Amino acid sequence: MNTPGYKSHISSQFNAELEDVRQRVLAMGGLVEQQIVDATHALMDRDAERAAEVAKNDYKVNGLEVFIDDECARILARRQPTASDLRLVYAVIKTITDLERIGDEAEKIARMAMDLAQHDRFSEGMLEVQHLSRHVTQMVHDALDAFARMDAEAAFAAAREDQAIDREYEALMRQCITFMMEDPRTIRRVMDIIWSVRALERIGDHAKNIAEYVIYYVKGKDVRHVSLEAMEKEVKGG
Amino acid sequence: MSGVQTKTPLTHGIDIESLEREQTGSRVDDGTIAAEVDGLNLFYGAKQALRDISLRVPEKKVTAFIGPSGCGKSTLLRCFNRMNDLIDGCRIEGQIRLHGKNIFDRDVDVAILRRRVGMVFQKPNPFPKSIYENVAYGLRLAGQSKKRELDEIVEWALKGAALWDEVKDRLEDSALGLSGGQQQRLVIARAIAIQPDVILLDEPCSALDPISTLKVEELINELKNRYTIVIVTHNMQQAARVSDFTAFMYMGDLVEFGNTDQLFTKPKQKQTEDYITGRYG
Repeated sequence: MNTPGYKSHISSQFNAELEDVRQRVLAMGGLVEQQIVDATHALMDRDAERAAEVAKNDYKVNGLEVFIDDECARILARRQPTASDLRLVYAVIKTITDLERIGDEAEKIARMAMDLAQHDRFSEGMLEVQHLSRHVTQMVHDALDAFARMDAEAAFAAAREDQAIDREYEALMRQCITFMMEDPRTIRRVMDIIWSVRALERIGDHAKNIAEYVIYYVKGKDVRHVSLEAMEKEVKGG
Repeated sequence: MSGVQTKTPLTHGIDIESLEREQTGSRVDDGTIAAEVDGLNLFYGAKQALRDISLRVPEKKVTAFIGPSGCGKSTLLRCFNRMNDLIDGCRIEGQIRLHGKNIFDRDVDVAILRRRVGMVFQKPNPFPKSIYENVAYGLRLAGQSKKRELDEIVEWALKGAALWDEVKDRLEDSALGLSGGQQQRLVIARAIAIQPDVILLDEPCSALDPISTLKVEELINELKNRYTIVIVTHNMQQAARVSDFTAFMYMGDLVEFGNTDQLFTKPKQKQTEDYITGRYG
């Protein structure tokens, strides 16, 4: 395999700095993925203790964001990166902002789980929530995988999943509304579920952003706020 | 819960608490100090060129002096191996202590001092001799004459200066036939052949093209594992890239001295900020 572009500088120190910052983004991504998985499990199993751990662990995600940001500022000040190096640092700065927000959404889910755990078992719609959560976690994983390999096509495939997630989200919303209309006593609990589902949908949006930054790094094209067709054209063409 | 404290493989074993410590970076006083400048004043005749300079040069680190032309950075650098002794009317007050010993003391042998504190200048100045002889020259002066040992040290020094692979088949060729970047690395090889403690670099890359510059910078990064390096550069970006500590000088004063990361991201003095951001009036 060829040496990735960011590792082929004359300055070995610069190579090491960029590799280090990339590794830390992946570490932060891994931590965030784990947070989503744990939060959803806590929600499904009405496990207040596990939910509390997720809420508590958010400080780690925040700590990594601050640390990586600081590293990036240092690289910008000391190395004055240009072209693909600049895009890499820029993509990293943007990516960790979205990762941190994904962390916040996982924390929200955990807080809903703590609330729900105090009520009676409520199983309606839970299977669908679990499915959505798996879907979203996979999307985050795919986006991070594309980041790890700096693979624009994989990033596009991840970004495309956001549509499917949005559809799933809307279907779940309709279902929740039906529950509340059928039995207003469930409103309190269903609201907690709605907030959780909403958080999952937002995580999908953040994962899409991360995929877009990968495409920006690889192709040098800003594909935010464009249609999927236009995005695909940028990725496949040239 | 035990599951939370365990470092999951996903996080690559990164311990968040340890990040806090890493973030602070190294401070001047963290490691051993190689040289200590204490209340240094320097006059060229009646004109004062350095004003009450005090700073500590950490061992096995790169310390950069930056500042506009005429700020005294090269003058300060030349004090470290008493190159200013050669200038008429130059008077120095204060001390520079090298591992505790004041280099301006009467009993200091300047020749020995310069063997311990090597220097590389702006323009590469190889001797008009072969590549081999350039590196062996200082060793012969120091009394080394055994061919086998000379061969070994020459090879070691050229490897240390990242030049060996480029010249190993033409060691007997004239050094003047090398490119500028190669000549500068040859001069560095000559400096490290006699195994100094400190290497002074006076604008070592200002006569080189960008690629040769990066090669010399990469070399500096490797050399700091063995030597204390002090570099004068008018290229701020170079100071940012290669140094661990940076001193900003202006009109003979030391304005700010500190960790390079800190100085280039959050300087303490307004004057430093203005200079490094190109706002100098």
